[in-house]
Amino acid sequence: MTSTGADIHRLPDRHVARARGVSRRFGTTVALDGVDLDVAAGTVTGLLGPNGAGKSTLLSLLTGLRRTDSGVVQLFGGDPTDPARRRRLGVTPQETGLPDTLRVGEVLGFVSRHYPQPRPAGEVLEKFGLSGLARRQCGGLSGGQKRRLAVALAFVGDPALVVLDEPTTGLDVEARRALWDGVREFHRGGGTVLLTSHYLDEIEELAQRVVVIGGGKVLTEGDTASIRRVVGLSLVELRARTLPALPGVVRTETEGERHRLHTPDADQLVRDLVRSGAAFHDLQVRTASLEEAFLTLTEVAA
Amino acid sequence: MTTLALTRTHFRFLLLENLRVPIAVGSAAIFPALSLLFFVVPFGFGDDVVAATSAVIQLAVFGVLSSFLFTFGVGVADDREKAWDPYVRTLPAAATPRIVGRLLTGFVFALIAIVPVTIVGAALTSASVTPLRFVAGLVAMLVAGLPFLLGGLAVGYSMPVKAALPVTQLIFFPLAFAGGLFLPPQLFPGWLQTISELLPSRGARDVVIWAAQGIAPSVLTVVSFVVWVVATSALAGWAYRRDEGRRFR
Repeated sequence: MTSTGADIHRLPDRHVARARGVSRRFGTTVALDGVDLDVAAGTVTGLLGPNGAGKSTLLSLLTGLRRTDSGVVQLFGGDPTDPARRRRLGVTPQETGLPDTLRVGEVLGFVSRHYPQPRPAGEVLEKFGLSGLARRQCGGLSGGQKRRLAVALAFVGDPALVVLDEPTTGLDVEARRALWDGVREFHRGGGTVLLTSHYLDEIEELAQRVVVIGGGKVLTEGDTASIRRVVGLSLVELRARTLPALPGVVRTETEGERHRLHTPDADQLVRDLVRSGAAFHDLQVRTASLEEAFLTLTEVAA
Repeated sequence: MTTLALTRTHFRFLLLENLRVPIAVGSAAIFPALSLLFFVVPFGFGDDVVAATSAVIQLAVFGVLSSFLFTFGVGVADDREKAWDPYVRTLPAAATPRIVGRLLTGFVFALIAIVPVTIVGAALTSASVTPLRFVAGLVAMLVAGLPFLLGGLAVGYSMPVKAALPVTQLIFFPLAFAGGLFLPPQLFPGWLQTISELLPSRGARDVVIWAAQGIAPSVLTVVSFVVWVVATSALAGWAYRRDEGRRFR
């Protein structure tokens, strides 16, 4: 146990979940490398990162599925692998992991019997637009209904903290709105939410605070606006024999005559480019994908 | 939430889930009964109660062993491929209710697997045991199945379903034959008799016959059966730990 491990117990208990210097490897793959995370009570925190960044591994440690190699994770002030610590935790099964042969009502009943004061099944079904489906077998639900049921399961036990891993993957626009409304309502009632996504838009919609993870490390964290400035880059692509030095370019990739300029403000960059009088053609402007923005972040950090 | 109540919850859930796939329940149960019907009943054992009883028992053992291999081998491999299992592990319950629930489910299906062969045996052959011997035989079935339960877990934790299913069948049928689950081992040539006594299937058969008919197995059979239990539990433990390190990237 490191000294940070001892410190954690002296901190005031306003955090429902936290990680200190957490590392986890699988064989030779380093999934997490010295990660710190604080989830304060009553907040919505977003974990943002591309696939393979370590988000799911971090969640598996916080929900008691795995143990850390080094560092400390805490859930409600204790060890998440202790079942008693998970009584106020709600989690969503990933992908379409529901048992096909069981009925919706049976699955809800099974989950709710794990909690001291579960919410009534009818109420949960109604909230997630699943009323009247209690007798339906899970395998017979549509893709969107399965996802909604999966999310509903996180709320069955009347949790204080809900962990949502990629909650809107596979949801249509309407179902996504409904889910977002549900999360906001839960938050207004004092609930704490930790969610992951690889879409900045989704995180911005719900979270006040964003933690950006890449390559198993916390790259940056802050409020949504400041993260948007760092991660919300535009990509200006053009061909030119020579390129003048331009302000506001975070990163440049050059292949022969082809240039890719990463910038927070594409409009200003194009204005500067035209003003410079440089000869260019094939100009394209688009939003950088999160993966591209991450590459920039990692390089700037290094 | 007592452990007992949670165990009941998990047991019921697993039972329901498996009962809704009748083909899995049925196939393990039908094969021994059909074998008895086609290969034993027509030739008859006349008034040879001991031989007839042994014939029924060894086919019932076959049912239990294949049921164990199926629920614990293919069943676990199947669970590992679904996202449901890791979800369940985030619920506020220790591992005990889940594990005990799965064991009980396996036992129930093993018992279901021997119902048809027992009925056919009682109705159409001269096989017979006292009620006390019958119960002793049932309990012995669970002990007899241990190497197959553990071996099933080893397969289930180390292979995907697509591999677990053929591997299970490939291992099981020769073991069942050489262990004397189809033909009584007394009919084997000498060399096969010796090999037979070294196999877990033979140990399983003889343990149940010991309990139900009072015919003691050879020392070699008992010793090698114990070795199999130890070896398969080590293998299952190894496969489980290896699997834990590989999942959840």
